[in-house]
Amino acid sequence: MPKDGGIGASTTRREDVRFLTGKGNYTADINSFGQAAAVFVRSTVAHGVIKSIDTMAAAEMPGVLAIFTGEDFVDVGGNPAGWLINSRDGEPMKEPKRPVLAHGKVRHVGDAYAAVIAETEQQARDAAEEIIADIEELPAIVDMAAALAGDAYVHDEIATNQCFDWGWIEDNRAATDEAIKNAPHVTTLELINNRLVPNAMEPRASIGTYDAAGDSYLLHTTSQNPHLTRLLLSAFVMGIPENKLTVIAPDVGGGFGSKIYHYGEEALVLAAAKKVGRPVKWVADRTESFLTDAHGRDHVTKIELACEKDGTFIAFRTETLANVGAYLSNFSTATPTFLHGTLIAGNYTVPNVYVNVKAVFTNTAPVDAYRGAGRPEATYSVERVIDMAARELGIDPVEIRRKNFIKPDQFPFGTAAGLEYDSGNYDALMDKMEAIVDRKAFEERRKQSEANGKMRGLGINAYVEACGIAPSNLVGVLGGRVGLYDAATVRVNATGNLSVMVGAHSHGQGHETVFPQIVGEMLGIDPQSVDIVHGDTSKIPFGMGTYGSRSLAVCGSAVVRATEKIIAKAKKIAAHMLEAAADDLEFTDGQFTVKGTDKSVSFGEVALKAYIPHEFPIEDIEPGLEETAFYDPANFTYPSGAYACEVEVDPDTGKVTIERFTACDDFGNVMNPMIVSGQVQGGVVQGIGQALLENTTYDENGQLLSASYMDYVMPRADDLPLIAVDHSDGTPCTHNPLGAKGCGEGGAIGSPPTVVNAVIDALQSGGKNVTHIDMPLTPARVWAAMNNA
Amino acid sequence: MASVTMTVNGKSVSGDVEGRTLMSDFLRNDLRLTGTHIGCDTSQCGACVIHVNGEAVKSCTMFAVEADGAEVATIEGQANTDGSLNVIQQAFQDHHGLQCGFCTPGMVMSAAALLKDNPKPSEAEVRAYLEGNICRCTGYHNIVKAIMAASGQDVPAVAAE
Repeated sequence: MPKDGGIGASTTRREDVRFLTGKGNYTADINSFGQAAAVFVRSTVAHGVIKSIDTMAAAEMPGVLAIFTGEDFVDVGGNPAGWLINSRDGEPMKEPKRPVLAHGKVRHVGDAYAAVIAETEQQARDAAEEIIADIEELPAIVDMAAALAGDAYVHDEIATNQCFDWGWIEDNRAATDEAIKNAPHVTTLELINNRLVPNAMEPRASIGTYDAAGDSYLLHTTSQNPHLTRLLLSAFVMGIPENKLTVIAPDVGGGFGSKIYHYGEEALVLAAAKKVGRPVKWVADRTESFLTDAHGRDHVTKIELACEKDGTFIAFRTETLANVGAYLSNFSTATPTFLHGTLIAGNYTVPNVYVNVKAVFTNTAPVDAYRGAGRPEATYSVERVIDMAARELGIDPVEIRRKNFIKPDQFPFGTAAGLEYDSGNYDALMDKMEAIVDRKAFEERRKQSEANGKMRGLGINAYVEACGIAPSNLVGVLGGRVGLYDAATVRVNATGNLSVMVGAHSHGQGHETVFPQIVGEMLGIDPQSVDIVHGDTSKIPFGMGTYGSRSLAVCGSAVVRATEKIIAKAKKIAAHMLEAAADDLEFTDGQFTVKGTDKSVSFGEVALKAYIPHEFPIEDIEPGLEETAFYDPANFTYPSGAYACEVEVDPDTGKVTIERFTACDDFGNVMNPMIVSGQVQGGVVQGIGQALLENTTYDENGQLLSASYMDYVMPRADDLPLIAVDHSDGTPCTHNPLGAKGCGEGGAIGSPPTVVNAVIDALQSGGKNVTHIDMPLTPARVWAAMNNA
Repeated sequence: MASVTMTVNGKSVSGDVEGRTLMSDFLRNDLRLTGTHIGCDTSQCGACVIHVNGEAVKSCTMFAVEADGAEVATIEGQANTDGSLNVIQQAFQDHHGLQCGFCTPGMVMSAAALLKDNPKPSEAEVRAYLEGNICRCTGYHNIVKAIMAASGQDVPAVAAE
């Protein structure tokens, strides 16, 4: 074991020191000489025709350097959708152009139609107030069902408001319909998966810089994947050659999906920097974030579960309306389809699954992947309807799940929803969860709650998800327009320390600590001698960034592959130094040793030799010690979990209190248990937020009523208990070198149905005939449900 | 414009500010003390918490002119004089009380204010005190543990963690 802990050690994070001392370097913290400020002018109506924009008065305001409107960008490209979905009839999805600034029409509150560049942000704000736009308001299209039925259109050329009508798997449709028609028992649940705002604590920000001498651009931006942003700006939006554009995502204050996507503000600051010849900086305020960051979820679903009287599952069938908002955000079409429909088989051997998803344009902010991205929606639908079926059939909720689980000896298992799960042990997770919960003791706790005048419920849940996205070949077949590999370059310096350049981006995940644990373990050296470089396209290999719980499973695997190449080359150099055959060497604890002898050289000595190649066999071995690997996985990874939640419900007010929460997860092999626990706890609380607190509310005019922290309820410390987590003894992923599955999203996927199941259990135990309440389970909703029941 | 003079992290500083200049903007833009973060503009998130004359204040909620003559402390002044992390900062690192780090300066400043007035808070008191500090990454679990640890207390072990 290396001095400071290799794989499996709960090493504390080296990046913490700068964050704890105020030395983090977030985009908004960066100031450049001569910098100007950008402020956007945003629509206050949800839907309207831009008749005219008068910028004359604004242009005369103090400090104003330039004003842009949509007219300035009619000749540049649109921000594209990264995934093509075909409808059931074979027709490709509808892809309206998403311009840098709105032109012709505004399509949601917050849609930017102008931008002011001024000496200071305050001057830009003052001038923005003087821009006079004549916008003829049109009826707002907010409700999805009404959007499909009505005669008003978000995009005039899409006279249905439907983006696509997707079936999965279309060939399974007839068999699933037949199975449901003939089933002894069918449970039907109609539910809403509430729209959420990701709310990374750092608002989005971008700084554009233009170098006229080299005709090159630099963009600092709050991104989870700077290379993807560069590619989109180069190939689609601005046409800037990739080698003339550097994108740097410095310290980024959380993402949760919302900072995957390219946004128009990034293009605007680049164009503005060129026009005014100075760096141009834009920093969103929180309300701009609410209005314009890609939102999450927002499904309306009907799910049916057909089963035998003994609880054996026969079929799942779902119909979903998925809101994509006013424009297609980059992965908005993959999220409700291939990240959702493919998981409707859950953890189960169910033989029939059919999923139908209609994606709908509305006059609301674009919706895209948010922590979990499609899988929370799948898990919520499946695990809620299972709980309801168990109650209808009088079967224990744990037993009905165990009865239908894929068993450990059935892996690899091809599900009825088209995925092949490589490994898992769902019963073992359920065992662990039951041991922690101790259901006999729960009955005592329930009595105690009842004695205190409260209703107590226990909700349980099993989840499986597909992450570590993903195999490029597979996503290509399914409509993905990008590859989903990742990359790492391991550079061994002459003095034996290392710089490792990675395509993944750390915005809270701890890469700067964990990747060195892996490299240190493999090379038998102190991880402290390994530094990670990330976030700068001019320094790192082309990688796809961090989302979909992919950093470790995909980029970590690239780090492993590159380090293996380093070892292979170092071995050749060592063989030369030891005058032995490479095959006769073994490498342990950082030493190359001729087997059966005491002749050895250290890794550090080999590194020095690589860079001072005196007496070096340059015919056989190049000098230097630096290797790059691109890693493209063979499959998704499939983390799974068994979760339990205990709640108390106040019968007088409907207020729900989380009393206990237990998360038992299988993430495969774990590199740093401390960091993994933190990921689970954070994810679980985001899921609790969805279940109890958070709701994104548009009124019938398309006004966002929840556009600040005064209106949108974020989980606070006093809403929560400590979260018990266990991710020991996972079943390793079978197809990546670390055996790792990815831990970033499981908590947010597994927790919402657990909480809702618990509340329904509490209400039922209190004699209330309530079978479902839509999230968030606010006191008002719970009270109304119990008192109408 | 008005002239202001104050002591920030033990050093006397002065500047000229507009009447509408927020204290948070004065710190970030004029003094380049960018450890104080702006997360919400509505005094909800607490990423901008500083100490003014020993009291925790959301710096986006006061004007710079209101701090004229005050003793101000920010996250940049919290480490020990030898540069090592102070007890609260060290507890946050030891207990993984931060992920993306954006809310962290406010959390540390709030924790310091809490422990000054209540050196041995209960878990419930820590949670109640943090009501004005939002974190999206940690679920607060390890922040609560870090603050309890910084006060010399143990947090009860949670099953199997």
